[in-house]
Amino acid sequence: MKRLAAPALALGALQPAAAFADYQWNFPKPVTPIARDTLNIHNEFMLVITVLFVVVFAIMIYSMVKHRKSVGHEPAKFSGPTGKLQWFWVLVPFGMLLFIDFVLMGIPAFHAVIEMEDTKTRADMVIKVTGLQWKWQYEYPDDGIKFMSNMTTPPEQIANQGAKGEHYLLEVDNPLVLPVGKKVRVLLTATDVIHTWWVPQFGVKRDAIPGFIRETWVKIEEPGTYRGQCAELCGKGHGFMPVVVKALPEAEYAAWRDAKKTELAQAAAGAERAWSKDELMAQGKEVYAKQCAVCHQPEGQGLPPAFPALAGSKIVTGPLLSKDGKLLPDSHVDRVLNGKPGTAMQAFKGTLNDVELAAVITYERNALGNAKGDMIQPAQIKLLR
Amino acid sequence: MNTATTTVNGHAGHHDGGHHPTGILRWLTTTNHKDIGTMYLSFALIMFFVGGIMILAVRAELFSPGLQLMQPEFFNQLIGVHALVMIFAALMPAATGFANWQIPLMIGAPDMALPRLNNWGFWLLPPAAILLTMPFVLALFGIGDGAIATGWTFYAPLSVQGGIGVDFAIFAVHILGISSILGSINIIVTIFNMRAPGMTMMKLPLFCWGWLITAFLLIATIPVLAGAVTMLLTDRHFGTHFFNAAGGGDPILFQHLFWFFGHPEVYILLLPVWGLMPHVLATFSRKPTYGYRGQVYGFIAIGILSVIVWAHHFFTAGMPVPALLYFMYSTMAISLPLAVLFFCWIATMWRGSMSFETPMLFAVGFIVLFGIAGLTGLVLADVAADAQYHHSYFVVAHFHYALFAGGIMGVMTGVYYWLPKWTGRMYSETLGKWHFWLTVLSFNLTFMPQFFLGLAGMPRRIPDYALQFAEFNAISTVGSFILGLSQLLFAWNIIQCARGRGAPAESRAWEGAEGLEWELSSPPPHHSWEVQPQVK
Repeated sequence: MKRLAAPALALGALQPAAAFADYQWNFPKPVTPIARDTLNIHNEFMLVITVLFVVVFAIMIYSMVKHRKSVGHEPAKFSGPTGKLQWFWVLVPFGMLLFIDFVLMGIPAFHAVIEMEDTKTRADMVIKVTGLQWKWQYEYPDDGIKFMSNMTTPPEQIANQGAKGEHYLLEVDNPLVLPVGKKVRVLLTATDVIHTWWVPQFGVKRDAIPGFIRETWVKIEEPGTYRGQCAELCGKGHGFMPVVVKALPEAEYAAWRDAKKTELAQAAAGAERAWSKDELMAQGKEVYAKQCAVCHQPEGQGLPPAFPALAGSKIVTGPLLSKDGKLLPDSHVDRVLNGKPGTAMQAFKGTLNDVELAAVITYERNALGNAKGDMIQPAQIKLLR
Repeated sequence: MNTATTTVNGHAGHHDGGHHPTGILRWLTTTNHKDIGTMYLSFALIMFFVGGIMILAVRAELFSPGLQLMQPEFFNQLIGVHALVMIFAALMPAATGFANWQIPLMIGAPDMALPRLNNWGFWLLPPAAILLTMPFVLALFGIGDGAIATGWTFYAPLSVQGGIGVDFAIFAVHILGISSILGSINIIVTIFNMRAPGMTMMKLPLFCWGWLITAFLLIATIPVLAGAVTMLLTDRHFGTHFFNAAGGGDPILFQHLFWFFGHPEVYILLLPVWGLMPHVLATFSRKPTYGYRGQVYGFIAIGILSVIVWAHHFFTAGMPVPALLYFMYSTMAISLPLAVLFFCWIATMWRGSMSFETPMLFAVGFIVLFGIAGLTGLVLADVAADAQYHHSYFVVAHFHYALFAGGIMGVMTGVYYWLPKWTGRMYSETLGKWHFWLTVLSFNLTFMPQFFLGLAGMPRRIPDYALQFAEFNAISTVGSFILGLSQLLFAWNIIQCARGRGAPAESRAWEGAEGLEWELSSPPPHHSWEVQPQVK
């Protein structure tokens, strides 16, 4: 997709814009009952307010043309309605506005609200969405499936060092997969700050609030990939936490679900065996790049003061565990598992499995300019949870 | 203090001993309402440009996809400080400057009721503005990580997480709030006690009525904001958990407290403008104001409604269905008193003898563009559709139609209308008209595309965006730069009048102008009304 080249002259830029025009003037194509309702209501309302606008200002413009000093119009002297007939004509617009507000717009709006908030009736399945700085976690409580969804747009594209892909900023490694034609109750929460889960084609936007559960629902009517974004300012990565939902026909969804279950079970089984340091370092590098590098930076130098450096950090180079193998408060392992409240450092024990935790801790202690030489096993992490 | 029933000759003599301090000391120590009004207005104009430059940097970054000029952290700081500067340091001081200059002139008083308080009210502003912007400078020296990066709304827990910029902003808001409350007390006391004999409340000029309601709203809601940010401060530093669920608090509590202030704030900014509109429209239509009582009751109704609709600012946060319905319908109800105002404005023009000098152009532009803000506000009230509009560029466009076209263009209307009175000089009509047309066209070029961006699904407050949003963003950026540069004409026009250039203005600077302020010379004498006029 070739669009505007980065910095171009202001006027020159308008030309390619016109040539490649795919201006979108309205909501994207709705794929859920709510989105369709919302689009209809929106279209109706836009029509109503456009008519109001045109009528009111046509009257004003008529007056501005006719009642000018330059055409010799003599000013009238009235300063309010006089007589019953004038009062009638003054009150008519307000009667009409009352009707527009509370009948024409108010009644469809009422039904739309009731439908939108009815998350529970005949819901076929439940998923849980957790917002974290700056990614989403999706959980299927009935199937024991849980995974993270990170943006995959490479930093070079954001820095304008490479051509931008078709789904620039709206692509993730693990999209949320949902079956078509099922009413899905979506529970939302967050671990750190408020995020907002939004897919425009679903007509659904709901805040994910730390410590509370909010809910909404979707019933996707046709298979496809639908893209949206976090909509509440949540820190520096706010623009970089897309929501991608892949809607599959029911049979394909079931196949995906079973495959995902097996995959996660295998990963969890890894925690039982002893891992070599090289294995942990290799996996830790991957985990670090995905989960940690956005704040602590790829080389571990951090962005002080908000995001401390890990290279040479007192916490990272401190003792691993107490002598009897217990968790030390404010130690490296404690920080990674439990986070630091009131900061962007989140508790990773809910989002990473034992292997990933052991790997990333081992990696941070033996890379990024640190050389502690020690390591921690997934089995040890399991005991510390 | 003198009451309204005594003449003030003796009092005036006390000040007029010919020993006014000069130079900087004059401005530091002045208690004269006109000097203080001038300082408020100058401060507002400077901060208007400061806030404008910040947002032009943001628009430049948003010109095309990718990060070109700045990192997201800095971007987030700019958008939040832009809003705080524009609201608290540009629009509100401009309105207070109007009040200072105009209320004594319009009600036949020698000065404001509480002149020393008035001086203090102004001189709190510069320190607050410095506090707000200082973190940018400190960051250059490696202290802290810059200004507040949470947007102007301070939402917890993001603001609990933030750096020292949040603390600076909290204290800045406290000081600005104190300044606003002092100004409001002064305005209420002045209007209640210092009206000329015969000027009953129902003969009070509408501008004063608009400000009176604003003043009550400020006194009612600023303490709530002050409480909210203080709770935030103690959450940040003293171990409380008002907004932390893990400690039994609730992040949404912050949103309730903030918007209990934040929604009335919209009307705090707009009521003075609605108050001055009928004066301008009547003047240039050469016809009496239509529906004086209707407008007064409209102001009061909007003032009351404004404090009971706050939660429509966070429908997407989730709340019980009855609460959603209540806030939806009460919000829609605001359209009724607002329609009264629109009706009266147009009826004032109807069958008049209109001419279109710059103030009238701005007034008409204001009515049309503010109409767009009102109508889009009506659809935003619908909870279901709001789920699409909310947190998107649709909302950004909506409130800029309300606060730029409504607020700032309203202030410009007042400036052009009263500048001859304040400076004794007529501004350049040619430049004024250029300023108007450039402002209106570039304003629409900037913000109309943002409605469509919002509908297409672009969230607000993102430093970089997906490719389908590129075209409208480019147009919007071009518009914003024309808009920003056009304001230099405004500043130049004002500066020329202040330097005494331009034709001398008569007492009644406009042919159709009615009201006490037009009976004093232009500029008015040092103590505006030394002998109180009689109002019949």
